[in-house]
Amino acid sequence: MSGAPLLEIRDLEVVFDTPAGAVQAVGGVSLDVHEGECLALVGESGSGKTQAMLACLGLLAGNGRTQGSVRYAGQELVGADEAALQHVRGTGIALLSQDPMNTLTPHLRIETQLVELLLDRGLATRAEARERAVQALREVDIPDPAARLRQYPHELSGGMRQRVALAIALMGRPRLLLADEPTTALDVSVQARVLDLLGNVCASGLGLLLVTHDLGVVAALADRVAVMYAGRLVEVAPVAELFAAPRHPYTAALLAAVPRLRGDEYGRLPAIAGTPPRPGQPAAGCAFAPRCSHAVQACRETKPDLRGLEPGIDVTVACHRPLSAVAQPA
Amino acid sequence: MAELLLETPPTRRAGLWLDAWASLRRSRAAWVAALVLASIVVAALVGPSLSRYAIDAVDWTQASLASPPSFANGHWFGTDTNGRDLFVRVWIGTRMSLLVAVLATVVSVAVGVAWGATAGYLGGRVDGLMMRFVDVLYALPYMFFVIILTVVFGRSLVLIFLAIGAVGWLTMARIVRGQALALRQREFVEAAIALGLPARTVIARHIVPNVAGTVIVYATLTVPQVILFESFLSFLGLGVQEPLTSLGRLVAEGALEMETSPWLLLIPSIVLGTLLLCLNFLGDGLRDALDPRRPR
Amino acid sequence: MSVAAPALLQVDGVSVRFPLRNGVPGARERTVDALREVSVEVPSGGRVGIVGESGSGKSTLARVVLGLRRADAGRVLWDGEAVDYRDAARLRRLRREMQVVFQDPFGSLDPRMTAGAAVAEALQALRSPVPRAAERVRVLQALEEVGLAPGLADRYPHELSGGQCQRVAIARATIARPRLLVCDEAVSALDVSVQAQIVNLLRDLSERHGMALLFISHNLAVVRYLCDSVVVLHRGHVVEQGSLAEVFERPRDAYTRMLLAAVPEPDPALARRRARG
Repeated sequence: MSGAPLLEIRDLEVVFDTPAGAVQAVGGVSLDVHEGECLALVGESGSGKTQAMLACLGLLAGNGRTQGSVRYAGQELVGADEAALQHVRGTGIALLSQDPMNTLTPHLRIETQLVELLLDRGLATRAEARERAVQALREVDIPDPAARLRQYPHELSGGMRQRVALAIALMGRPRLLLADEPTTALDVSVQARVLDLLGNVCASGLGLLLVTHDLGVVAALADRVAVMYAGRLVEVAPVAELFAAPRHPYTAALLAAVPRLRGDEYGRLPAIAGTPPRPGQPAAGCAFAPRCSHAVQACRETKPDLRGLEPGIDVTVACHRPLSAVAQPA
Repeated sequence: MAELLLETPPTRRAGLWLDAWASLRRSRAAWVAALVLASIVVAALVGPSLSRYAIDAVDWTQASLASPPSFANGHWFGTDTNGRDLFVRVWIGTRMSLLVAVLATVVSVAVGVAWGATAGYLGGRVDGLMMRFVDVLYALPYMFFVIILTVVFGRSLVLIFLAIGAVGWLTMARIVRGQALALRQREFVEAAIALGLPARTVIARHIVPNVAGTVIVYATLTVPQVILFESFLSFLGLGVQEPLTSLGRLVAEGALEMETSPWLLLIPSIVLGTLLLCLNFLGDGLRDALDPRRPR
Repeated sequence: MSVAAPALLQVDGVSVRFPLRNGVPGARERTVDALREVSVEVPSGGRVGIVGESGSGKSTLARVVLGLRRADAGRVLWDGEAVDYRDAARLRRLRREMQVVFQDPFGSLDPRMTAGAAVAEALQALRSPVPRAAERVRVLQALEEVGLAPGLADRYPHELSGGQCQRVAIARATIARPRLLVCDEAVSALDVSVQAQIVNLLRDLSERHGMALLFISHNLAVVRYLCDSVVVLHRGHVVEQGSLAEVFERPRDAYTRMLLAAVPEPDPALARRRARG
């Protein structure tokens, strides 16, 4: 992880103008994604994780505004004009979204959708593009790729559709892949293959920003994890560190609430009381304080900043009273 | 579980209809349309009595029978080729068109919604039978149908309402049936069935209110159709008869004289156009206002 | 439970066939077996999990039990008596004993009805409806039991969070004290922290009122915290059924083993070891 980061997000802020006034969906998010690294952005619905990712590509809904800085390979994307963004999309940064049925156009053959980008940008001749398409399908483990090119999306199974969507995303040889809940719509038996493929993508040197709520997926794929709550980062840590010793009470509670297949107990799940705040209801202090069992008065009054813990540990946490590594059951 | 009770502070809600009203007030296009529409209705009601001419009175005092609009002689909209005052005739015609349109739309909404919701909700064979019946009626040359009705029962306004309503509900039934079919698959409808509610309650409480938005928009589109259809009937001599008139009739008559007396076409057309435009805006506004998920 | 007492619900050799259209006009119409001779028992007060992937027929099973879809073969027994789904009046009585919670928290509530009205409707469906004055009290009690403040009774679904909507759906389903609650992916659309709350709530309600659960889910881990026995469905077949411990610790069927192995566990060391292996 040497050299300049591929994607550099600084103080990213996303605000939506609604009839009820401006609503802040994302605030003060700073993240780096390096080449060959998988950074997982974890959060529950409404935490702003998807909006943060869309803002990177300038794909927010019409009433959304972005502030701060997003740099891809040194190029500023916030405020960049549409032509510049177009150039980065596809060939620089590619997007893999949740539902493969919505990503693929139903009435076009797989081939058309694969070669579209290359032909549009004049990056290849039709024959070359076709060659690359076969190659791309082979890379995502699609059997008999030449025959698949002639098929339509509805003729493929869900898992295969998502792999085709991945192949399409990789056609422009991007350096960074943004994946939004790439396995949520899939059955567990096909999830595993898509996760493997995404792992290979990272291993081949691409940066991967994985947006998900599924901590199982995070554990399988991520190198570093950034946890979001109510539009803000609460903890950023290497994956092993985060799962072994979560420092933010929210991270800890979230990990505890995940139902597991292994373990002796068949008892109750440790739930987090209360409901996540809705966007647009800013709290004076820490947004998690009303649901936090460790909260003190200070937590309700001042917003904690994201800061490093001890020297030598690559963990940053936004909490007035971070949990100590010792107090955590491993 | 006590800790969960701290969820959200209680607020008292005004109810969907009041919300919808407030939202309609806030939509400028719909509100302006409603005001214009209201003034047209008022004009149609009181307009004729403001003029000193009667609807069938021929003014022989003018140089020609068809005289252009003038304030001096009291023919504010001019006179038609028979020398009758157009101001009075336009507002009487508006009154008639609105009456036919509203009554026929009410008939088609009532029958169409009930028929379509029932067919869509019950589905299967019943749905097939009910909709084939609609198809058969569609296929009937309804012009003959109307002519036969007129011949058998004689010409009357009631018959026009019935005839137009009888045609209008077919499309409404199809639209509502499609929506009901989709709603039938929705979990809240299945949940209501699973509660053990009888079919008529589920239809009345869960299906019909949720198609209201579509129905209202379609109804506002039906009104212009009905107005045009009525003028067609009148043209054939089956609709409103002289000396009574309707907007459709006035436009049709005006079109014949548009080179010599353009006001005869222009004035009824402007009233008719404004009326239809307002109805469309109002329909859009109503649909948005009736959607509970729209942010207010 | 005495040996002679019949199970509360018995699904006995139920098969369901779907017409299959592959979207190509003029293509020959085929059928696919959604369920093939499926037999499942839910004892009174018992909590049975039905797990399977999409296309396993698990939701079809729920719909057959609820009478929302007809079975092509087999029968459903309630208290040992075969249910005649064509007898509308008896079916409506049965439905009061057997309630349902669906997956989509927003979709299972009528967007034009407040939370309170939705719950009250369940009372009005009873054969002896509760008087209006008592109705409001009962509704608020039911909302409180599922952990909702009384102030939320006057809210519309779009003004509630997903978890709150699901609580309303549970209150509506349980206010008449059914003996069986069918949960069709009832926690699948919820966030992890909310999902845990709802799982615990269902467990509490089941234990407090002796209410049986037929809990349908694609998530094996959730079933582990809620049910006492599991049925694994694969392409319309029951491939394995047994107690929680039997199925999770000593799975006999290859498909069950594959399913258990495929679930990504929130444990980096474990997840990576599996990915490499």
